Amino acid sequence: MAFVIEMLDIDKSFPGIRANDHVTLQVEERSIHALLGENGAGKSTLMSILFGLYQPDAGTIRVRGKDVRITDPNVANELGIGMVHQHFKLVHNFTVTENIILGLEPRKGLVVDARKAERRVEELSRLYGLNVDPRARIEDISVGMQQRVEILKMLYRDAEILIFDEPTAVLTPQEIHELMGIMRRLVGEGKTVLLITHKLKEIKEVADSCTVLRRGRLIGTVPVAETSEEKMAEMMVGREVNFHIAKAPANPGEVVLRLEGLNVRNPKGLLGVKDVSLDVRAGEILGLCGIDGNGQTELIKAITGLAPAESGRILLGGKDIARMPVKRRLDLGLGHIPEDRHRHGLILDFRLDENLVVHDYMRVPYARAGILDSRAIGAKAGKLIEEFDVRCGQGGATPTRSMSGGNQQKAIVAREIDRSPGALVVAQPTRGLDVGAIEYIHKRLVAERDNGKAILLVSLELDEILDLSDRIAVIYGGRIVGLLDAKSTNENELGLLMSGSSNKVA
Amino acid sequence: MPKHKKQSILVPIVAILFGFALGAVVLVLTGRNPGSMFLAMFQGATGINVKAGTFNPRYIGEFVIQSMPIMLSGLSVAFAFRTGLFNIGAEGQLIAGSVAATAVALWVQAPPGVHAVLVLLAAAAAGAFWGAIPGWLKARFNVHEVVITIMMNYLALFLNNWMVLYVFGSKDRIKTALFPASALLKDDALAALTNGSRLNWGFVPVLLSVLLSWFIIEKTTFGYSLRAVGFNKEGARYAGMKVERNIVLSMAIAGAFAGLAGAVITTGTFNYGRFLPGAEGYGMDGIAVALVGGNAAFGVFFSALLFGMLKAAQPLMQSQGVPKEIASIIQASIVLFIAMRLGIETLISRLKRKSPETLGEEAGT
Repeated sequence: MAFVIEMLDIDKSFPGIRANDHVTLQVEERSIHALLGENGAGKSTLMSILFGLYQPDAGTIRVRGKDVRITDPNVANELGIGMVHQHFKLVHNFTVTENIILGLEPRKGLVVDARKAERRVEELSRLYGLNVDPRARIEDISVGMQQRVEILKMLYRDAEILIFDEPTAVLTPQEIHELMGIMRRLVGEGKTVLLITHKLKEIKEVADSCTVLRRGRLIGTVPVAETSEEKMAEMMVGREVNFHIAKAPANPGEVVLRLEGLNVRNPKGLLGVKDVSLDVRAGEILGLCGIDGNGQTELIKAITGLAPAESGRILLGGKDIARMPVKRRLDLGLGHIPEDRHRHGLILDFRLDENLVVHDYMRVPYARAGILDSRAIGAKAGKLIEEFDVRCGQGGATPTRSMSGGNQQKAIVAREIDRSPGALVVAQPTRGLDVGAIEYIHKRLVAERDNGKAILLVSLELDEILDLSDRIAVIYGGRIVGLLDAKSTNENELGLLMSGSSNKVA
Repeated sequence: MPKHKKQSILVPIVAILFGFALGAVVLVLTGRNPGSMFLAMFQGATGINVKAGTFNPRYIGEFVIQSMPIMLSGLSVAFAFRTGLFNIGAEGQLIAGSVAATAVALWVQAPPGVHAVLVLLAAAAAGAFWGAIPGWLKARFNVHEVVITIMMNYLALFLNNWMVLYVFGSKDRIKTALFPASALLKDDALAALTNGSRLNWGFVPVLLSVLLSWFIIEKTTFGYSLRAVGFNKEGARYAGMKVERNIVLSMAIAGAFAGLAGAVITTGTFNYGRFLPGAEGYGMDGIAVALVGGNAAFGVFFSALLFGMLKAAQPLMQSQGVPKEIASIIQASIVLFIAMRLGIETLISRLKRKSPETLGEEAGT
């Protein structure tokens, strides 16, 4: 079969990083081709080159057998290459149709021919089974729908080759399933799909072939049907990966963090957490699972001091911290790996070393008499970067914003674990990360548990909850509806509890 | 990082060159000689009259006088901006500073030297108070500081005029009684050194303010937490910083810089409190100075000198047959070119024939 896209021997360097080192990618027409690699392996760079956002330092690009120079995204569009970005580029108070025709408005005299545009959008939507209402406003539709609008945008522009940049990171399991169906449909109608991802399950489910990158280098291209997930993970990370973490039985000690009759209001002013009581003991991981939006966020914020508790007590080592400012809670031995690493976890415009001392910048040795000691801060950063294998182009001086998501998360984990708090609240620690980073973070959390720390793990990923937890609490509608031993439960039981159809407080 | 830093200095320099070029083009189009404009500017900054071959240090003194207040109001805007606050109120804080300076100069008796220091401290305190009010409203009730500071500019203006007319007392309804010599920053020796210019000791607190502002922001733990709040309020809260307190303190310090400018004008350039028919524009100039100076202390230092030079050169331009408005055109177009930062960055990297560095920052995603 003919290759519709060939990127041969592509080289691209940025200051301090060789993002693509002689990478070759050949994509067959009418196939779903996955591009797999860890965060920072060079996938996005390679695709940005194909889409005309970057120019390669060396190498050739061929589209349908012809040598091309893709100098900017307009050239890519003319060649029939379209991209669905990870972060959508939509105007929120415009309708679906208005967003799709933006820049290509069909005219009738001087005015936009909205009727005609709507018809065309509807036709495309039906042809590919997208089921999008052309008149809906973007702000009123779900994230999954917004992604379909992005897909329609490309189809409207007659794209033949569709690049999806980590499309499932923002979707619910149901939406992911539907997206897979849409991709197959696209290929069925003669399109070619390039899927950038680090999720092996998805590749296994939908892709025909898979190209693996590691640290900017091409590892190989394999047919997906004949390759196991384990094999692909090994190619991606460069060593064997354990999907299940090996851990000794827990050895729980006394209660470190205790919630008593806790009520918390959500931003709408309603009770998001209702009468929650929980104990987390030293040396155990208590997993809190539930469907997104059932009070997890409010609970975490109340414990860590980012939102006030309505009533109830939060005891940390016997002291009620429910009304204390954040700083005092941290000083009393609370650690927090936050749900939203960009909003809370990091100051993206700070350098990496500045971010690594964000709790302790005012303490000796990082500062004396109110004056910062940049050498001590740099030394600390260097130590953490090495110990936790945080990959960054320029060491402590790296702008945090320029780092990949996985390495940003590793930096947060490094900082929080290094503070060695007695109780650690961990929220969504591996969202959006690749298997290598996930394995590493899981290992560190279990090691903290074995060190006698009390860990409250909040996650939407059932696998993660089941793998790491010693005990599991299930939250539904703001209430704890189940408290189970992790060894004697399973996905089905948890699923039932999470959906509120049964109740089991052990 | 060093590469990026170099470019961040390069952009304002290119913008400034473009601004001058545009001013020259306007002059050529209106049939005047741009050369005489540049000569007037040169004379304004150095005191050297190239055509006549003479040197008059009075111009240097006046150049410094013009730069001092906008350097302080520029610091005020820049300091607040580093905490994510847009201080449109430097004008009002400056006026509050002059009211306090006038009060201490007229009502307090102290030996020479001590009196002037008291005047400066009172002006800084008044400016700090005037800045802290919008800061507190922002922190406590989340009222936007732009709205409040604009309103407080008017409050300060009318408070000043009421004080001058009815509290300090004014015979001619223009100015108060003259201050005693002990309160003044003026010094005959400095005037004599610069051939009778209005140069005064005000440059000492101004330079100290530049250093202090740099030191606080870049070197102290307090500055670290201010910057954290400026970049990401939620992140700072998560880290345990007192976000509200920082907002109030940042506005107070910003106000103190502007208030100091009030004293430098009132007891340095003048020796009496003045009735003000309207705002004098120091606050707006401060915004431009901060913008061109990249909101960094030393950047503000240089950009205030640049704008001070433009102001000082205006009378000289007029005497050379160049309309003085051309200085405003240049000032405005420099600000405009700074706002076109992205375009200039692209231009610079094209000229270097390299891959665009601005995009390169996203490496490794």
